[in-house]
Amino acid sequence: MTDMIGTGPRSGQSREALRFALRNGKLVGGLTVVGLFLALAVAGPLVVGDDPNAYAGLPARPPSAEYWFGTTIFGQDVFAQFVHGLRSTFFVGFIAGALAAVIGMLVGFTAGYRGGIVDEILNLITNIFLVLPVLAVLLVIAAYLQVRNVELQAVIIGLFSWPWVARAIRAQTFSLRSRDFVDLARLSGASGRRIVFREIAPNMASYLFMVFIILFGGAVLFAATLDFIGLGPTEGVSLGLMLNNAVKWTALHLGLWWWFVPPGLGITAIVGALYVMNVGLDEVFNPRLRQM
Amino acid sequence: MRRYVGRKLIVYAFTFVLAVTINWLIPRFMPGDPVQSMISRAGLQTPEAAAAMREYYTSIFGFDVPVWRQYLNFWGALLSGDLGVSIWLFPQPVTDIILRAVPYTLALLIPAILLSWIAGNKFGALAARRRWLDNTLLPVSYILTSTPYMWLAILLAWSLGIIAGIFPVAGGYSFSLAPTWSWEFIGSLALHWFLPFVSLFLVFFGGWAIGMRNLIIYELEADYSHYLEALGAPRRLVRGYAFRNAMLPQLTGLALQLGVIVGGTVVTEIVFSYPGLGYLVLKAIENQDFFLLQGTFLFIVVGVLLANFVIDIVYVLVDPRTRAGMEGGSA
Repeated sequence: MTDMIGTGPRSGQSREALRFALRNGKLVGGLTVVGLFLALAVAGPLVVGDDPNAYAGLPARPPSAEYWFGTTIFGQDVFAQFVHGLRSTFFVGFIAGALAAVIGMLVGFTAGYRGGIVDEILNLITNIFLVLPVLAVLLVIAAYLQVRNVELQAVIIGLFSWPWVARAIRAQTFSLRSRDFVDLARLSGASGRRIVFREIAPNMASYLFMVFIILFGGAVLFAATLDFIGLGPTEGVSLGLMLNNAVKWTALHLGLWWWFVPPGLGITAIVGALYVMNVGLDEVFNPRLRQM
Repeated sequence: MRRYVGRKLIVYAFTFVLAVTINWLIPRFMPGDPVQSMISRAGLQTPEAAAAMREYYTSIFGFDVPVWRQYLNFWGALLSGDLGVSIWLFPQPVTDIILRAVPYTLALLIPAILLSWIAGNKFGALAARRRWLDNTLLPVSYILTSTPYMWLAILLAWSLGIIAGIFPVAGGYSFSLAPTWSWEFIGSLALHWFLPFVSLFLVFFGGWAIGMRNLIIYELEADYSHYLEALGAPRRLVRGYAFRNAMLPQLTGLALQLGVIVGGTVVTEIVFSYPGLGYLVLKAIENQDFFLLQGTFLFIVVGVLLANFVIDIVYVLVDPRTRAGMEGGSA
């Protein structure tokens, strides 16, 4: 991912950033944790089989050599559900994060670069979506959908998570718009789109990447919240759905801690690692923070 | 200042209209027949009851008049406080059910938000100047802020509620008591309130502490801080200025976080079966009670808009630039 920093002539700078990146404990640590979970999400389902909800053994067994995370009250293998749930988690995070980043960038760049009436209108729309409580909207939409799947959930979350991104990018575009190199590009007859993507966007590349990471983490938490309320995928499994089932079938009162500890721990570890990674990236990209 | 508040109010008005429109649109344009699915899921035994219900819903949705007329009727009913009748607690009006739940949610939310914001700011600012605190508080804050609300709530309910048996884990007050103004009842309320409150407080706290710590470090790097230090100003004074400047983005952050905060409260209430709006959301979904769900949605939107407005007013009071008519940081 460090190859995103510099493009073309600035490869020396990019090599320097890579050197700092490899020495940055936060970045390396966060990346390792995310990487481990990602590997588990990719490889795990191949090992445990296709059906995480299948009857696997005696119900409500504590963790053992055979069932690493124990079994649910229905005799389902918690580890199998966990690795399948990780897949949905990464999927939702990636799709929703990417979608929100793209919409936020389009709105932010357009508003910031064009200015005037276009900016007024886009800014109004952004501010409206900014104060609208996203989760409440998602609740109403998800409740009316008879069949829900992970893909749809990712798209809905992405469609409503972009406003703060648009606002931040708009502000940055404003400050870059009046720089000399942008004026030069304009004088040389470059089109607006070319100026935005060739002159302005590369100057924010590191910022955009960090925005994506934050969106990723936020989408994971959002999806887990929806799933927990009971608006998760109607087929398949996710970490939030596991928590939902554990509470619904009184795992707390029965003391089946292995049912509700792993999914929450997984989400916390992934999101926490992403945030820590982001701090590390900030230190890599921002020379003023490097000495710390 | 009038212009600043005016602009904000326009945005809030648009947001409210959008929320009501979403509420109106979704049942009409989602695939399937909502009336039919509501009737079938209500689980009525007799065909007469089902027929009566169908008639009732058709008249509520007003499918027999033109679309624009339906939309206006929807607004008319809304403005007269009519949000429909609940299926879960048939035949109680949705408005009554929600108004009963609102005090519980506010009693959780307001102390949790205010106390976590104040404590997070204090500790974050302290962490920015003490290395040992920074090394302990920061990792803890990162863990807290990435914890899903419901998971922390589940862990607290399980450890302190079920294993240790100190706190009750369900309801707003003891099932053996009737709501009265007695000390016993108030004690029961407080005991049931404590765990959901702590759960929310902790997750909120992590975010504020991280934000404040980063902002203080940023402010201490600013030119005015260096200049003051070069003049030989006491560190306390410089920190004081940095703190006041860092408060403004934190205030904006509070406004931006309100949506997430509400979501956290919903799931926390569900874990503790706490009889607030979040519990209503769960019951509405379990019982396919769309009127209740949509009514709760509107209440949440209105609540968030009001909170935003309060924050705007506070912002004007705190930031002299907005008062003087200059563009403030969050305008």
